[in-house]
Amino acid sequence: MKITAIHGSGGRATSELIDKVFAAHFGNEILNSFEDSAVVPSSGRIAVTTDSFVVTPLFFKGGDIGKLAICGTVNDLLMSGAIPKYLTCGFIIEEGAEISALEKIALSMKNCALEAGVIIIAGDTKVIEGNGGIYINTTGIGFVPEERTVSPKNAQEGDVIILSGTLGDHHCAILSARLNIENTISSDCAPLNNMVTSLFENGIAVKAMRDVTRGGLATILNEIAHAAHLGIEIEENMLPVSPQVSALCGILGLDPLYMGNEGKFIAVVAQKDAQRAVEILKMHSYGAQAAIIGNIINGESIVSMKTKPGGKRQLSVLLGEGLPRIC
Amino acid sequence: MLNFNEITAYLKDYDEEPISLMEVCGTHTAAIAKCGLRSMLSDKIKLVSGPGCPVCVTVSAYIDKLCALSLMAGNTVVTFGDMMRVHGSQSSLNEAKSSGASVQMVYSPFDILKLAADNPNITYIFAAIGFETTTPIYALLLEQAIAKSINNIKLLTSLKTMPAALSWICSQNSKIDGFIAPGHVSVMTGSEIYHAIAEKYNLPFAIAGFDGEQILAAIYTLIKQKKSNKVVNLYRSAVNENANLQASALIKKYFVEDTASWRGIGNIAASGLYLKEQYNAFDAGSFGLDNDNNLTPQCRCGEILIGNLSPNDCPLFGKACMPQNPKGACMVSEEGACFTKFSYERN
Repeated sequence: MKITAIHGSGGRATSELIDKVFAAHFGNEILNSFEDSAVVPSSGRIAVTTDSFVVTPLFFKGGDIGKLAICGTVNDLLMSGAIPKYLTCGFIIEEGAEISALEKIALSMKNCALEAGVIIIAGDTKVIEGNGGIYINTTGIGFVPEERTVSPKNAQEGDVIILSGTLGDHHCAILSARLNIENTISSDCAPLNNMVTSLFENGIAVKAMRDVTRGGLATILNEIAHAAHLGIEIEENMLPVSPQVSALCGILGLDPLYMGNEGKFIAVVAQKDAQRAVEILKMHSYGAQAAIIGNIINGESIVSMKTKPGGKRQLSVLLGEGLPRIC
Repeated sequence: MLNFNEITAYLKDYDEEPISLMEVCGTHTAAIAKCGLRSMLSDKIKLVSGPGCPVCVTVSAYIDKLCALSLMAGNTVVTFGDMMRVHGSQSSLNEAKSSGASVQMVYSPFDILKLAADNPNITYIFAAIGFETTTPIYALLLEQAIAKSINNIKLLTSLKTMPAALSWICSQNSKIDGFIAPGHVSVMTGSEIYHAIAEKYNLPFAIAGFDGEQILAAIYTLIKQKKSNKVVNLYRSAVNENANLQASALIKKYFVEDTASWRGIGNIAASGLYLKEQYNAFDAGSFGLDNDNNLTPQCRCGEILIGNLSPNDCPLFGKACMPQNPKGACMVSEEGACFTKFSYERN
């Protein structure tokens, strides 16, 4: 069965859709009260973030738009040092979308929210003209423990940069799906709660974190360098990239340094904490390939990389569009 | 031959007569910058970029024609991504698209076959640019379109060949002491195409793949072969002495050689390929697109493309001309000399 204009009428069909698809999967005490707004307890410092998800295709190896919508927002909260707690969720659905696809997406969101320890406390559904597209916005609310300050501004000369796993997986999975290229590359889309929590629980003083999403590692390292007013130097040899991603990037002329992930992050920690932080991350399935990739250095806010052959080059932010080569 | 460490030590400590080497292929330009190879060379070894990036050598008249075609009802222009941002005399395809033009980006020319079959009322015009590497793909595309009786496909070609362009550069009293020959092109043409030029101008050629080690080996080889006419193939895993026969046959079947216009350089005889007369139905009007006027006056792309200037010598570089807002084609393509300099080697 497909979504039609009547599902957006606000009448009975809308209620049935919400009951059958969304309430059935997202239901909790707060959401089930169906008030105009959710009222939740709070204390201390609140972190809020919002993101919209417009990915094509809706389903891909390793995930779907629903899982992305949970992970993306949860991970943004985590990177600020917050403990994610609540999400709101807005669906914009084009006429022609399959209700069974929506159900699959909602189930995926339910499972991912459970893993990430968040509940969906408010929602909205709109139906618009179109061709079966589905778009999701999620807003996340989390609480930042009093003693915690996570910011690139904390970075100091000599600090170590740790990457939680291989680069480029999500980007390559989406690209492969769009281009009908068969391979074993799977999106790394995942909530980062367990890894981040482990670091704090084990007493690692995480100074700064960023998830490696659009723009890729090179872009977020530049953001950190600028915020910290310090330089960054990384080593190409230390960067974890799977052989499959490396091969696909080679064929298409793409660079894993500029490709997005959805389940990887970098952490800036003091030299004394670095080795233990990597060991902690490696104990998690999402962090098995975690590695030290470089250092914060004194100097201008420039990111440079020691290359495999032994040269040195600058890493700028993503300047082009990450397009395949043509010759 | 020395081992890798000995080669890098030699190149770092080189203290003989200054030498200037040109890498012709855009992918080499990008690989040199991405591997930071210049930081591994003595100041006496200069690498300059040649006209081997197809986007960089496309004249404004071609872009203007593409934009005009994209704005005509019933047409969709299909292109690789980089071409979207190159400015003609009036606008880029990106700007045309924002004015209502129908432009679609693809990763493979063969995507156009399905588009054309699914939408018979639309004429799909492929922006067919490239060198010897890409041309056989366009020939194969036409072969398949003809076999499937798909008639709503056209090519607007700007296809160029390397030997005539290399000869032209050598004839301009250039200061180049040797060429890192284009790897992709050589896969198709074989190493044989370089012998005549090497002999005529007494310059060495080294054919290399795209990893840093092989490019460094090519630089070492060219220094050792300076003032000789040797053609050394270091990319034996992919390049033979002779041309790829299937690719050559396809090119000969569909295309004919003629004068081509190069952005910032001008016309070079016998450096272009055009659809043969019997395939006119597939041509979107590719002949005579040699006007290269109304480019930004201070842009030095033309001299950068033949190695006479470095990107830093251009008054616009890094100021009015940046990847986000390129004035010249060398700043548009991710394999252009200015883009790679700006992105990887600015500091």
